[in-house]
Amino acid sequence: MTAAMGRPDVPLPEAVDVAVVGGGVMGLALAYHLALLSGTGTKGKPGALSIAVLERSYLVSGASGRNGGGVRMQWGDAGNVRLMMESIELCKDLAQQLGINLWFRQGGYLFLARSEAGERRLQRNAELHAEVGAPTRLLTPAEAQAIVPQLDVAEVRLATFNPEDGVVFPWAFVWGYAARAVERGVLLRTHTAVERIEPTDPGFVLRLSTGEVLRARRVVNATGAWSGQLNRPLGIDLPNRPHRHEILSSEPLKPFLDPLVVDLSTGLYFSQSTRGELVTGISLPDAPDGSDEALTLHSSLRFLTHLSRTLVRLMPITAAMKVLRQWVGPYDVSPDGDAIVGPSPGHPDLIQICGFTGHGFMMAPAAARLVARWLFDGTDHPMLARWSPGRFAGGAIARREDMIIG
Amino acid sequence: MPERTFVCRCEDVTVAEVDRTIAAGLADIEEIKRYTGLGTGPCQGKECLSALARHLVARGVIAPERLRPFTARPPVEPVTFGALAAGPPEEPVP
Repeated sequence: MTAAMGRPDVPLPEAVDVAVVGGGVMGLALAYHLALLSGTGTKGKPGALSIAVLERSYLVSGASGRNGGGVRMQWGDAGNVRLMMESIELCKDLAQQLGINLWFRQGGYLFLARSEAGERRLQRNAELHAEVGAPTRLLTPAEAQAIVPQLDVAEVRLATFNPEDGVVFPWAFVWGYAARAVERGVLLRTHTAVERIEPTDPGFVLRLSTGEVLRARRVVNATGAWSGQLNRPLGIDLPNRPHRHEILSSEPLKPFLDPLVVDLSTGLYFSQSTRGELVTGISLPDAPDGSDEALTLHSSLRFLTHLSRTLVRLMPITAAMKVLRQWVGPYDVSPDGDAIVGPSPGHPDLIQICGFTGHGFMMAPAAARLVARWLFDGTDHPMLARWSPGRFAGGAIARREDMIIG
Repeated sequence: MPERTFVCRCEDVTVAEVDRTIAAGLADIEEIKRYTGLGTGPCQGKECLSALARHLVARGVIAPERLRPFTARPPVEPVTFGALAAGPPEEPVP
């Protein structure tokens, strides 16, 4: 085994064509696809791009190692449904491609509506999904209970189920992209922070925490919730902000729960990972002290009690299950719910791939591939115009997506 | 220790597996946890953390004074959702 997982001592050249800041799933998948397209690591190949990924800590230390691993095409907006259909299609043979067990399991997503408003959302989604070609179907409460017999459906009015949705084990996903990127000639440097990005002509100079300096023709900011720290000193004022989210897992049990279940009224979601643990989170009102936006990663008892009360009411059998551990990860929240991807205002060679609002992990397979294609030869994709970082210049933008969970 | 000795009994992580991560360049407890799953089982690292620390020092991977444990995750011991649901109600459940 070589430097398949990144190393703190990988030698860096003086300059690279593309420097990716952030070794999360987005940055690594992007580096992997760009290396595949351009032939990085193939000696003498014309157009081959030299690529470095710089991770300030260890791989999966950020949101990519802290999310619930849900992968779904049940969204409220056609663009997102199509994008996630692409992502799930990619997931089907990604384990072979990346050479690692991703623990990908398509047990479906079961959405439950307990209010009239929720019922209307699910009906609207089911119509939209039928138009786009996603196999979502409306279920009665009794039909939902047939899929998860332990559910108390007394208050459930309507449900939707999509059998193609599923869960993965996030850590393996990141390691897989990392190993294949390195194999293709990407330089993956861990434990090395980019402290400053300075514009030069052409490109940028990156000042690193090790004292090293790296020049790059183009730079990709793939640091998600941390991206503002690199953007602001350059005068790039984007509206995405970090937001703290808690999650927990239970003791591992033998398989009993097929789908990931979401209760629209509370934002409660739970699934059983292939490791057997129940992985669950919930929408929680912001802490009054503002700490939820401060990029702190502390766990709270408030989350544990609120989640437990909600979960036990919907799924009474869980009262006897044990919580094993809880942790926190940051969402990188964009005000309109859409990602912030593309050339930065005022600095077109600094490319953002941020703002995925808690759903970047599931979108990464498709999003990273389409951004790599665009970086390589300008290939367009319908989401790129929509994700443009320049869209905020004209003031507030209406939110198109209402299926942000957690 | 023989290479098939378990360092982490909850997640079945052996000495040989830890040595492979060292060979690959992983150099601290937190990142070895994230690659092997060590310390994420029912004991939450209470059994394996010191065994791993000792092994890393014995292999010369890291100096004792630079060792840092991975983040301790609440709860200290497994607690049922039922017991937690009876905790102080702070948020209304819709």
